[in-house]
Amino acid sequence: MEKEDYYQQLRGIVQPYLPEDVTIKDVTPESHFINELNINSANLVDIVLDVEDAFGITLENDDMDQMQTVNDAIAIINKKRS
Amino acid sequence: MAHRVVITGLGICAPNGVGLTNFTNSLREGKGGIRFYPELKELNFGCQVAGKPILTTEYINNYFTKLQLRDLNASGVVYGVIAGTDAWNDAGLSKAAKEEPDWDSGVIFGTGILGVDKFRESIHHVDAGNTRRLGSTSVIQTMASGISAYLGGILGSGNQVTTNSSACTTGTEGVIMAYDRIYNGKAKRILTGSCSDSGPYVWGGFDAMRILPRSFNDNPDKASRPLSASASGFVPGSGAGALVLESLESARERGANIYAEVLGGAINSGGHRGGGSMTAPNSMSVQRCIREALANAGLSSREIDAINGHLTATAKDPVEIHNWQKALELTGTDFPYINSFKGIMGHGLAAAGSLECVAAILQFKEGQIFGNVNSEDLHPEIEKLVDRSRIPEKTINYKPKTIAKASFGFGDVNACVIFKNFEE
Repeated sequence: MEKEDYYQQLRGIVQPYLPEDVTIKDVTPESHFINELNINSANLVDIVLDVEDAFGITLENDDMDQMQTVNDAIAIINKKRS
Repeated sequence: MAHRVVITGLGICAPNGVGLTNFTNSLREGKGGIRFYPELKELNFGCQVAGKPILTTEYINNYFTKLQLRDLNASGVVYGVIAGTDAWNDAGLSKAAKEEPDWDSGVIFGTGILGVDKFRESIHHVDAGNTRRLGSTSVIQTMASGISAYLGGILGSGNQVTTNSSACTTGTEGVIMAYDRIYNGKAKRILTGSCSDSGPYVWGGFDAMRILPRSFNDNPDKASRPLSASASGFVPGSGAGALVLESLESARERGANIYAEVLGGAINSGGHRGGGSMTAPNSMSVQRCIREALANAGLSSREIDAINGHLTATAKDPVEIHNWQKALELTGTDFPYINSFKGIMGHGLAAAGSLECVAAILQFKEGQIFGNVNSEDLHPEIEKLVDRSRIPEKTINYKPKTIAKASFGFGDVNACVIFKNFEE
């Protein structure tokens, strides 16, 4: 799967966790999940679980700590699936 | 300074009706909400009938955000949020603005145990070594205070937000706790109520104690028989009731509709002494609770027009009537009208007190005393104390001025609250 596909799929995963005043249009590859998209930090663990299910991978604690932005997530998925 | 306290909003999510209109119709007509559940039969329950609110997914979706609905598996949260939100809207109140909570409004919303199905799901993950798969939803759906936390967040409440728990007394206790807080000027409005999960994991323990009826599995409408000679146990129920209590000044300022006034109440415990135990009430403390509630409300027993009892449909109903009779020192035709709603909705456990407070208060509005379903064979011990005319089998037209509502719970705990038809 191409990087662009990962990105589109990730947007779909992130969308339900966006607060009311943030729309899917605000999500870019550079977006920081907590600082920019205002996602509740507790929901970040749910996003990780959704990513695992969608891509058939398992994220370790280190991966989760490093997953700060959308680009971070794409890099981790790439690494795990290669 | 003491504040008068009134009720300005009601919400209900009950086995015999979701929403005030359906619920009122059911109570008036004695149309029951107890049904046979094949799931209980498959699990070898002795009692396979129960009370559970009927809800569609579309209906539930109106009360939760898409995010809240993800992995939501806590029926008590669903019932409580529906009843609580409805009561708030019924009172004509709105949610707090985005940036600042409403400091004058609080939530006291009780439960016995919350999110049992979610907890079961979590246990399976933990036992399989997959704790990380619990995600973020396990804690908030299974902590007891989850229900008050959900409601406090939805409404933006900035006053006390808490969950009380005293078994079957929970809902009535919550009304008195809310009353005390407003009376003492610590809040202007409190959303109070209680909820109870449904399903085999909540009801199983009671089935094991052999205190549920076993011979009505093919006749659910007849299973719950408060006050009757053939009462053979309580039918387990579930759901939520909710009430908005408000200072009279606040209600007047807003021009709010007033259902009733809360005149006072009492809460006590029998301390597992004098015949009381974990599961049986100490009669002395029950009588004391009723007398203290009357004194707190400033009423004499002859000023009580109607009683809504705890009356669960076990062999203990005559004992409860005896306690009311002793406390009020009234018998025969002098005894107030008395009813139990458990014949229609079953025993809502932690939700019982609030489901029944809502139903009791609707009697002011309707100008009626709702009937006692399945009481046609009144228990002879009860008939010795109270005239049959005071225990109407069918709904009667009579507008009470005052209603006493009591709940008694496991742990030997009691609560009695006094409502009054509102007059300036």
